[in-house]
Amino acid sequence: MEVTDMTAVELSAAIRDGQVTAVEAAEEMLARIEERDGIYNCYVTVDREGALAQARAVQEKIDAGELTGPLAGVPVAIKDNLCTEGLLTTCASRMLENFVPTYTAEAVMNLRRAGAVILGKTNMDEFAMGSTTETSAYGVTRNPWNPAHVPGGSSGGSAAAVAAGECCFALGSDTGGSIRQPAAYCGMVGMKPTYGTVSRYGLIAYGSSLDQIGPLTKDVTDCAAVLEAISSYDKKDSTSVKRQDTDFTSALVEDVQGLRIGIPNDYLGEGLDAEVRAAVLQAAEELARSGAVVERFDLSLVEYAIPAYYTIAAAEASSNLERFDGIKYGYRTKEYTGLHNMYKKSRSEGFGEEVKRRIMLGSFVLSSGYYDAYYLKALRVKALIKKAFDEAFAKYDVILGPVAPTTAPRLGESLADPIKMYLGDIYTIAVNLAGLPGISLPCGKDRNGLPIGLQLIGDCFQEKKLIRAAYTYEKSRGPFGIGPGTEKQDGRTGGIPS
Amino acid sequence: MANIISDETIEYVGILAKLELSQGEQEQAKADMGRMLDYIDKLGELDTTGVEPMSHVFPVQNVFREDVVTNNDMREQMLLNAPEEKDGMFVVPKTFL
Repeated sequence: MEVTDMTAVELSAAIRDGQVTAVEAAEEMLARIEERDGIYNCYVTVDREGALAQARAVQEKIDAGELTGPLAGVPVAIKDNLCTEGLLTTCASRMLENFVPTYTAEAVMNLRRAGAVILGKTNMDEFAMGSTTETSAYGVTRNPWNPAHVPGGSSGGSAAAVAAGECCFALGSDTGGSIRQPAAYCGMVGMKPTYGTVSRYGLIAYGSSLDQIGPLTKDVTDCAAVLEAISSYDKKDSTSVKRQDTDFTSALVEDVQGLRIGIPNDYLGEGLDAEVRAAVLQAAEELARSGAVVERFDLSLVEYAIPAYYTIAAAEASSNLERFDGIKYGYRTKEYTGLHNMYKKSRSEGFGEEVKRRIMLGSFVLSSGYYDAYYLKALRVKALIKKAFDEAFAKYDVILGPVAPTTAPRLGESLADPIKMYLGDIYTIAVNLAGLPGISLPCGKDRNGLPIGLQLIGDCFQEKKLIRAAYTYEKSRGPFGIGPGTEKQDGRTGGIPS
Repeated sequence: MANIISDETIEYVGILAKLELSQGEQEQAKADMGRMLDYIDKLGELDTTGVEPMSHVFPVQNVFREDVVTNNDMREQMLLNAPEEKDGMFVVPKTFL
């Protein structure tokens, strides 16, 4: 099997067995990037020399028996909103077109400690604000399953890079679905962990109370292995949670006997594409056949999650993005008169349209006279949404539903109507408001051959239940194909017919 | 549209957000914000009397630490990111005229 077709666990085993070296693996990935990234544009920055140097150092440690884990020598791509020391970090914004961090994000440090080799930084929606990767200042990313379609967003570059075989796995960040939705659109596995599980230190903040870093991988086994590697308590993130149960690979067990799964009726209603609905329900049947107890129920409040989310996310964004003022780093306008004019012009020229739209909305909902009516109201609704989930998890171990209402839209069809685009986040967004873990994995393809995603949601700290259910489903589903380009070559494609 | 955003409001928000919008952008921002607020007004349908605003999903308290410097002096590397620097300091426009 080609290196570019292997999962992380397969590749690290091949490296350990001496079938391939970490340097050869990095070289093959870099060759694949050279060959394909002109079409897909998954990367903002490729660090060829850095990757090869890391690979050489990692191989020495593997040879010395110091690195033995499932990520040792495995090439990874990092979303461009995670700081990497000495390596350009743009957030896909003109604002940070020349920003080189002086430190590395904790999640990325954890990967480096595990021996992963960083290939480069992936494209995204500017400051993670968007659902298609079309708001990037560095061009759109194309979906490897069909280049006329978007890869999803905001971690679209990460998802597409894994699907195109341009990295073995990737890190993304998820504020309202930004890992799970692109994973679904690109036929990959994506997980947003419980809030506080992965340190946010070094993640350039969008909505701090909602942001969480997570893996985008080829299968559930890799997802568990990567999550296990990046989870850690970190003093540098004051919202970091001390957890003892981060041995996620122990949950890779094919057994859902008696697992209680609830499907919200509210997740199957108006607006959901018929093919997506059919594939998701078929996956639920599959889990029922494996022994899970599957029921429908009313979750309630689903339609209020989007307005609450956009109020809170915009408010936090307007505050978090105040730091971009053209003084200490980032873009500064060429001509200005005085300090305030410099601030205003730098920000107006440095930020794109969607970012400015959210900063304006956030500034408004936090302004005196509107704070109670909008911002506090949204936080009260958030409390109600959390309560609705608490009640659901009293009855069910796992909530099952779609990731997005449709498969990947065509390029250029989403940005014209922001509210319509926001509505696409309906099944993913409440998970962030309630701090819950959620996993997305492929469960079929539509008539055009585009992947369909299945979402499993767990109660806080119940990632292991999600991994167990996802792993069991993945086994019964059979191989899905790890990317369109590999289908013809290795026969791993398939998936259940939709 | 229920929410009509006035020129004064959009200018005030522009000051808070430190953004300078062109005439065209301003008109677009007024329309966009009005539509978003119409949509957000949906939250008003819910009775939230007696519900505490939830800023954090877990009952976390302030996390304190000793005020001790643990990072290295990286002045030179940090100044490399500055749009303008002089003698080891950030250069800013004149603030007192």
